[in-house]
Amino acid sequence: MSKETHELTCINCPLGCLLTVVVDDGEVVSVTGNTCRRGDSYGRKEVTNPTRIVTTSVPVVGSATQKMVSVKTAHDVPKELIFDVMRALRDVRVTAPVSIGDVVVADVCGTGVDIIATRCA
Amino acid sequence: METRDIVIIGGGPAGLAAAIAAYDAGCSDVVVLERDTLLGGILNQCIHNGFGLHTFKEELTGPEYAARYVACAEELGVECRLGSMVVDVSSDRCVTVVNPERGLYSIQAKAVVLAMGCRERPRGALNIPGFRPAGIFSAGTAQRLVNIEGQMPGRKVVILGSGDIGLIMARRMTLEGAQVACVAEIMPYSGGLKRNIVQCLDDFGIPLLLSHTVSRIEGKKRVEAVWVSEVDDQLRPIPGTEVRYPCDTLLLSVGLLPENELSREAGVELSPITRGPVVDDSLQTNVEGIFACGNVLHVHDLVDYVSQEAAVAGESAARFVLDQVQESDSTQICLCAEGGVRYTVPTRVCPSRMPDKLTIRFRVANVYRDTFVSMYVGEDRVLHRRKRVMAPGEMEEVVLKKSDVLARPDTSSITITLEGE
Ligand SMILES: Cc1cc2nc3c(=O)[nH]c(=O)nc-3n(C[C@H](O)[C@H](O)[C@H](O)COP(=O)(O)OP(=O)(O)OC[C@H]3O[C@@H](n4cnc5c(N)ncnc54)[C@H](O)[C@@H]3O)c2cc1C
Ligand code: SF4
Repeated sequence: MSKETHELTCINCPLGCLLTVVVDDGEVVSVTGNTCRRGDSYGRKEVTNPTRIVTTSVPVVGSATQKMVSVKTAHDVPKELIFDVMRALRDVRVTAPVSIGDVVVADVCGTGVDIIATRCA
Repeated sequence: METRDIVIIGGGPAGLAAAIAAYDAGCSDVVVLERDTLLGGILNQCIHNGFGLHTFKEELTGPEYAARYVACAEELGVECRLGSMVVDVSSDRCVTVVNPERGLYSIQAKAVVLAMGCRERPRGALNIPGFRPAGIFSAGTAQRLVNIEGQMPGRKVVILGSGDIGLIMARRMTLEGAQVACVAEIMPYSGGLKRNIVQCLDDFGIPLLLSHTVSRIEGKKRVEAVWVSEVDDQLRPIPGTEVRYPCDTLLLSVGLLPENELSREAGVELSPITRGPVVDDSLQTNVEGIFACGNVLHVHDLVDYVSQEAAVAGESAARFVLDQVQESDSTQICLCAEGGVRYTVPTRVCPSRMPDKLTIRFRVANVYRDTFVSMYVGEDRVLHRRKRVMAPGEMEEVVLKKSDVLARPDTSSITITLEGE
C-alpha cells in the first residue's frame, strides 16, 4: 500500500506546531506534532481536502469612482483549483453599478461556488 | 469659525468606529475629515479575506469590513467630509482643513480624535548600496497598483521583509501570473502572521529565507537582479553567502510607521517605541481633549482590535465633551513595560475613572516560549498567566481590574513583565 508522510504547519494559533500526517491509501492513519485537538483536525483536512477562499479584483466599466472591483469565491474551493479560478476570471469585466454580494461568475469551474463582488462600484 | 463637539481626523476603520461610538455615547455633533475620496482607509486595497473574525465571527475581505462601518455611520447620519485633508491641529483643538472646493478653513473642536493611520517605512531608511533603478516598490504601493489600479508592477519578484503586507503580496503577484523567487527576512523569525506564511508562501512553494537580507541591487534603469545574503547575529551580511536572483521587481515590506506629523505640531507627546502618542486609559494624549486610536496610536495587525480601541477613544471624547470633566487634577498611575515587554498602550491609568476592566495591549521584544505574563500593582502580583508562545508580530493583551487598583490606594506604579516561572 502507498504510505505518504506530509509535513505542515498548523495555522490555528501562533504556536504553529509542525504536524506530521501519515496517509495510507487515502486514509489518514496518524497526526503527530500537534499540541491540541485543533491541530489534529486541521492536519486531516489539509491533507485530504484542503480548501481556500480565492480573492482577486476584476475591471469595472462605467464606474465614476473606480477601475477595479474586488471579488471573492463565496465559499472556499479546493486548493488545487486556485489557478483555474484565476484563469476563469482572466477576461471577466463587470459593468457598474455593482453592489457587494452581486454574483460576478456563477458556479466557477464547476465547483458550485459563485464569484461575488466584495465592493460597490 | 465653525465649531463642532468632536472632530475626527481620518475616515479609516479607526475614525469610523470612533464616530459611531461617540454617537452611541450621546454626542452627535461629530464630523469625520478624510483626505481621500472614499471612506475605509487602507482596507480598500486589502481585498484578501481574514478581516473581522473577532467582530463578526466571519471572514470578510477588507472592503467588506469597511463597508459595514460605513453603512453604520451613514445610518446614524455621521457627517463625513471627503477630499478634506487636515493640515494643522493646534493644542487648543483648532483643526485646519484643505478642501478643493472650500479651500483652507478651520474648525474649532471641543475634542479631537486622531485616526490618521500609518504609512510604510520608506526605502531610504534601508541603506542598500547600489543604484536606485526603477522596479523598487513598497509592498503597500504594489498592493494599491494591483488591486485598485489593475496594474502589475513586474513579473519576476523578490520581496524583502516578511511583514503581513509582503506575504499577502507574494500570493497576490503569484495569482496574477508573476514569479516570486523568495521572501528574505533579516530577523530569525517572521514579522507576519503564521496563517499568512502558510497560505501565502507555503501554498505556492515560495521560500522564506530567515536571517537573510538584500545586500546588492543590480540594474541601472530597471532592477535586473538582487543579491541576497545570510546575516550574522549582528544582522550584518556574511561574506560569501550571496546568491543572485534575476528579477525585475523588488518589493519592500519592512514595517509601518504611525503618521504623527499633525500630532507633533499639536504638542502631543510621542513614544519613541511605538512612534505614536502616549495615552492614558481613556486614550487621551497629554494634550487635553485630544484622543488617539488605530494605527496612528500603535501599529495593529488585526483590524478588529483597531475597531475596539477606536470605540474607546470615541466614547471617551464624547464623555469629555458632555461631562466637561477636568481630568488633569485626578491622580494617574504609570504603567511600566519591563522584562521583554516592549511597550504598553495605555501608559497611564486614572484609578477613579478607569473602567472596571481595562484592556492593556502590548508587544514583546522577541520570540518567547513557555513564559509567564505577569502584572504587578505596586509590589503585588495580580496576574500571572502562562503563554505557550509570544512573538513580536502578534499583539498581546491583558486585562487590569479596577478593583485590583482600588484595593491598593497607595500604589504609584503598575508593571507588566515576562517571567520564566
Ligand atoms: C497593507 C495592509 C494590510 C493589512 N492586512 C490586514 C489583514 O489581513 N487583516 C487584518 O485584520 N488587518 C490587516 N491590516 C491592519 C488593519 O487593516 C489596519 O490596522 C487598519 O486598517 C488601521 O485602521 P486605521 O483607521 O487606524 O488606519 P487607516 O486604514 O490607514 O486609515 C487612516 C485614514 O486616515 C486618513 N488620513 C491620514 N492623514 C489624514 C489627514 N491629514 N487628513 C485627513 N485624513 C487623513 C487616510 O487617508 C486614511 O483613510 C493591514 C494593514 C495594512 C497597512
Ligand atoms: S496544534 Fe493546537 S497548539 Fe499547535 S498550532 Fe495548532 S492550534 Fe496551536
